[in-house]
Amino acid sequence: MTNTAKIKIRNIYKIFGSQPEQHLQRVKSGLSKADLLSQDGAVLGINNVSLDIAAGKTSVIMGLSGSGKSTLIRHINRIIEPTSGEIFVDGENILVFDEKRLLEFRRRQISMVFQKFALLPHKSVLDNVMYPLLISGTNKKAATDVALRQIELVGLDGFEKKFPFQLSGGMQQRVGLARALATDADILLMDEAFSALDPLIRNDMQLQLKELQARLNKTIVFITHDLDEALLLGDQIAILKDGELRQCGTRSSILLSPADDYVRRFVRDVNRARVVDIGSVAEVCHIIDGEAPNNYGGLSIPDDTTALLYINGQSRYVISRHHIQTGTKPSPAIMRSCNLMLEDIITDFAAGAEYVAVTSEAGQITGLITQQCLLRSLVQKELTARHVPDRKWSELLIHR
Amino acid sequence: MAVNFPNIIDTRILKNAIDNSFEWVVVNFGRDLELAFLPLLKLINAVEQALLATPWYATVVIIMAIGYFTSRSLRLAGGVGVLMLLIGIGGMWDTSMTTIALMIMATSLSILVGIPIGIGISRSNRFQAILLPILDIMQTMPIFVYLIPFVMLLGPGKVPALLATMVFAVPPVIRLTNLGIRQVDSEIIEAVTSFGATPRQKLLTVQLPLAMPTIMAGINQTTMMALSMVVIASMIGAGGIGYQVLQGIQRLDVSLGLFGGLGIVFLAIILDRIVQSQGRRMLQHLHTGENKL
Repeated sequence: MTNTAKIKIRNIYKIFGSQPEQHLQRVKSGLSKADLLSQDGAVLGINNVSLDIAAGKTSVIMGLSGSGKSTLIRHINRIIEPTSGEIFVDGENILVFDEKRLLEFRRRQISMVFQKFALLPHKSVLDNVMYPLLISGTNKKAATDVALRQIELVGLDGFEKKFPFQLSGGMQQRVGLARALATDADILLMDEAFSALDPLIRNDMQLQLKELQARLNKTIVFITHDLDEALLLGDQIAILKDGELRQCGTRSSILLSPADDYVRRFVRDVNRARVVDIGSVAEVCHIIDGEAPNNYGGLSIPDDTTALLYINGQSRYVISRHHIQTGTKPSPAIMRSCNLMLEDIITDFAAGAEYVAVTSEAGQITGLITQQCLLRSLVQKELTARHVPDRKWSELLIHR
Repeated sequence: MAVNFPNIIDTRILKNAIDNSFEWVVVNFGRDLELAFLPLLKLINAVEQALLATPWYATVVIIMAIGYFTSRSLRLAGGVGVLMLLIGIGGMWDTSMTTIALMIMATSLSILVGIPIGIGISRSNRFQAILLPILDIMQTMPIFVYLIPFVMLLGPGKVPALLATMVFAVPPVIRLTNLGIRQVDSEIIEAVTSFGATPRQKLLTVQLPLAMPTIMAGINQTTMMALSMVVIASMIGAGGIGYQVLQGIQRLDVSLGLFGGLGIVFLAIILDRIVQSQGRRMLQHLHTGENKL
């Protein structure tokens, strides 16, 4: 992560039940969730979770019901207090806040969107959006101005005077979003915010959130049980099971190298073409400045690379082992940005391309995708040795 | 032959102790207590005087207006008016005004005491665990039992009648205030907390408004229980329409008792309809926001 961590969660444990401190030591020394429940009747909600949430990004915490994800997110605004551990927001330990500072923190720095919207049924849309401002002492005039702007931002202008029951689920959640945005807090907690919506509306809301986020750059912590949603929204994804953090990383790293069987099963059915970026599956190639030779005599391809890529002005030609063995002519390669998804380059191959050269955001070639590589990325359970997202590309540019 | 239950403990000692200590309180503090409750007596009398001083037609119109504004239904307003007229025709106007005065006082004092207690027990499970059984006892104890100590302490009259009525009538409003607040959707409470509401803001802006329909149901029950108790309280000098029933019993006068009984039924219907339609309107407002549109 190049961005600084806005929220740092450190070794959080949460045990539900009477006298949780008593069980803490045994949980720390490895007592399992099931044993704790059967021996002491206490429930282990969160088990030693440490997590960094990047500033200005969308971080998704994903897990099935009972995984502790909703419990974890409630620690960040202290609706639930941990049994042990520390949470830092902007470098401050929020767990030492006194009553007054905590209210201040909740009013200015953090806000939340809820699964079942949690709108106040006896207040109009406008009053709902104004509510967080009014309780923090903003005068009514200023609060109304801010609220009207937020309502417009989420596309509900004209509905200010309506009551929640008069709105569809999607619209109600937009009110929830506007309400959360009203205090202009940096951090937005979203607890399964779109789970209660029907699929089409859910997709609309996801896209709207992405669009809003592109403009607002909030630090969003998004909870979901839906992997597709996590992959669509998350810059960073954390997978939680039985209160433990199983894996945390970018969407491609989770899809391509699952940390354990649980994550592997989780990601099995994902349409990879849509969520894996080509940058993360590109294979290493030797880049050589100059015209591709017609005579292959003396050419060899190092073991850890796929092919040789000759660059001369606008022409790019690839020589692979196959070319050398059969003596066929070098094949042209087309350039594509590393941010594209696998699905975007399938058409290139369908149109007859044999190689796609992947370029970094700066325009430098960083790797090569062959047809075999593409097919393997789509079906193979995991990518192995050859995929090298973390290699330093400068090392491979020795011939330039 | 049946075997008698053995006398394990001599309860006469306990009974004597209760009676003696009670007597001691009466002898030493009876006068002070009476003085302490004097303002209350004056208030009851003032309400009664005001009701009696108002011309009957004005009272009928006022009650019909209240009926209309709580229900927005002309039918209900008309029905209430007819019942009031029937009470008047039955020759029970003045006695029913006495009953209504006592009712108004007992109900409003019960609400005044009951809602804060209800809020209190909604916030503490321990307090709830202690108080709910006490409320059960208060409601199941035969109501005559309350009358004895109150009469001993304060002498026969309206004040002990009012206090005994309150003991009997206050549980529903406490219970349902507690229930109403606890039933507010926990996600809404979480939301409000997450925006930094203080407990007081939570109570006033969310919990009480959302609990209001349930609280109104409690107030309705409290009103009905107060009415039934006010009738019985006439036995200790509270007067009112219940006294007519009592006279009917003493003189074995069927028509007198029947008329009194019907008068009480009419009063009950009037009060019930008014309080219920108020509650229904609050519920409607909560779900539909109709009144604000």
